[in-house]
Amino acid sequence: MTRKKSAAPAAKENKPKPKPEPVLSATNIVKELGRGAGTVMALKGVDLRLVPGELTLLMGPSGSGKTTLLSILGCIMTPTSGELTVAGTKTAGLSPDELAVLRRDHIGFIFQSYNLFPTLSALENVRIALDVRGQKGYEAARRCEEVLREVGLGHRLRNFPGNLSGGEQQRVAVARAIVSSPSIVLADEPTAALDGENGNAVMELLARIAHEQGRSVLAVTHDPRTLPYADRVVRIEDGLIVGEERRPEGLDAPEITDLTKRRKAHA
Amino acid sequence: MIFTLAFRNLFHDRIRLAVTLVGILFSIVLVAVQLGLYLGASRMITANIDHADADLWIMPFGAKSFEDGGLLMGTRERHQALATPGVAQVTPLVVRFTEWRKPAGGSTRVVVVGTDAEDGAVKPLSLKTGTWEDIKAPDSIAVDETYLKDLGVDGIGDTAQIGPSRVKVGALTSGVRSFTQSPYVYTPLSRARSLVGAEGSDLATFHLVKVYPGQDVEQVRTNLLNRLEGAEVLTTGEFHQRSLRQWLFRTGAGVALIGGALLGILVGTVIVAQTLYSSTKDHINEFATLRALGSSSGYIHKVILTQAGLSAVIGYVLGMVLALLIVLASQSTPLPIVMTPQLAAGLFTVTVFMCAISAVSAIVKVTKIDPATVFSR
Ligand SMILES: Nc1ncnc2c1ncn2[C@@H]1O[C@H](COP(=O)(O)OP(=O)(O)O)[C@@H](O)[C@H]1O
Ligand SMILES: [Mg+2]
Repeated sequence: MTRKKSAAPAAKENKPKPKPEPVLSATNIVKELGRGAGTVMALKGVDLRLVPGELTLLMGPSGSGKTTLLSILGCIMTPTSGELTVAGTKTAGLSPDELAVLRRDHIGFIFQSYNLFPTLSALENVRIALDVRGQKGYEAARRCEEVLREVGLGHRLRNFPGNLSGGEQQRVAVARAIVSSPSIVLADEPTAALDGENGNAVMELLARIAHEQGRSVLAVTHDPRTLPYADRVVRIEDGLIVGEERRPEGLDAPEITDLTKRRKAHA
Repeated sequence: MIFTLAFRNLFHDRIRLAVTLVGILFSIVLVAVQLGLYLGASRMITANIDHADADLWIMPFGAKSFEDGGLLMGTRERHQALATPGVAQVTPLVVRFTEWRKPAGGSTRVVVVGTDAEDGAVKPLSLKTGTWEDIKAPDSIAVDETYLKDLGVDGIGDTAQIGPSRVKVGALTSGVRSFTQSPYVYTPLSRARSLVGAEGSDLATFHLVKVYPGQDVEQVRTNLLNRLEGAEVLTTGEFHQRSLRQWLFRTGAGVALIGGALLGILVGTVIVAQTLYSSTKDHINEFATLRALGSSSGYIHKVILTQAGLSAVIGYVLGMVLALLIVLASQSTPLPIVMTPQLAAGLFTVTVFMCAISAVSAIVKVTKIDPATVFSR
């Protein structure tokens, strides 16, 4: 909701597009996991910036550090070293509760296994995201219904997760992530548990959230079917960023079917 | 939403809920019965003392309770007491164990209580049938209706014998039971003296003192002690306490009752703590998700405390229903259980306290949640 495509008219006048300010910037992030002899350097100095209005995919093999990076960017884990700034706030030295506030105010999460509350209905699952922010009552409920309609679940408001398909559950999770209008949405393997059709529906939603609502969306994935929706793909291997591709200007998202192929063709 | 989540968590696992409620129920019923028995016993022990309209009790030195006074004091003490500054009224009271001979043979021990009601010191204890005038009729006495069978009589007009004298049931009290299980027999002072073998004497067990309005009771007590040798002077409150101590603590009965109540609280707390902890463990991923969504730790604690509070309220209601049924059923036993609004309120406080304590281990558990676990499921 924050910064909508303000850059679009400027592009038409053929001036260099002003770079949007990043809402999240990570510099030289290092993360050691485990202790003693079992210590693993999960991240070995990662730089990453996220700007509004973009869907970024973070791709890499299993064990490359994707989830670890996402946890750090989401202020859920603290880095061993490096600097992280979220919505203008430096996270170094913040207490767990201060980090919780930062998450609450700026970040929405989507998980591979949805992490919905089994005892709450679809609507209640979304409402709880506003409730932890102190937004209660009729207005909050209406906003939640509206967002559930946006993700195509207007007819499933009172259903419990157990009575929803995987795709529907993930869409509830998407609604929960965006209901508070966060500037950043972080998704860990959002399509991994879904079949093709449902996976596409969720990716389409994430792209819309980025493009129409001007949020900055980062999705961890190793699913090539998600590529057509990306504005940008960041590759990670063994705790290091090893490559980054960007959708060329003027191309609509669905037309860039596979950035990897494009790169290979250029080579 | 905190309430909704707590409610759903609680009712999600019915078996665990049942265990929690049984734990609370067990506690409440046990504590209610133990404390209700304690209250019932206390009331029985002190009913006669509490009913007396006296500021001070003059008694033989070392008298341990209402039934333990002996027969020692006579008119001399009475006059000395009456001459003491501040004293308005002195009423003799006779209390003595003696033998009651049933009309059909056999005997049982009773406690004869003799006083002249017009002196105003001992109000006739909840007379149900008959009046004090009926008790003043020749040979007449009052006993409690619950002891008629024990005394081998059927009701008003029946006769029995105490010592060499014939007695006739002239009035009935209701609910005046005796902790010693020896029924009280109320009768006028002079008849009481003759029934306990002190006919024509001026002996008494206690002298009940009323001070003039506005008098300092402590000062009057000091004055009395200076004049009376070998006697003790207690306020009604002190005598009440002394009687309780004698019967409930010297005999160990009170310790057993209070110990039982504490045990009930302990067992209940352990059960509730256990179920609440395991519930929290089962829902730990949801709490981690809440934390990831940016909820404060206070929010999560509130969910757990609400769960505890809900258990407390439901458990309390069920427990009280059962406890009241037991109280009702106990009314015809020798030691009826007493339930008062204060005890009911106290039990609620205990229940809430118990559940709050139980929530501690669950809260400690969620405090240690690492929200990073949300990604590793
Ligand atoms: N708690 C942990 N303790 C030790 N090593 C860990 C822990 N969590 C993850 N790792 C290791 O850190 C590396 C990165 O893990 P992760 O970020 O989960 O990878 P990805 O999400 O890309 O599969 C892996 O080698 C993994 O084995
Ligand atoms: Mg992972």
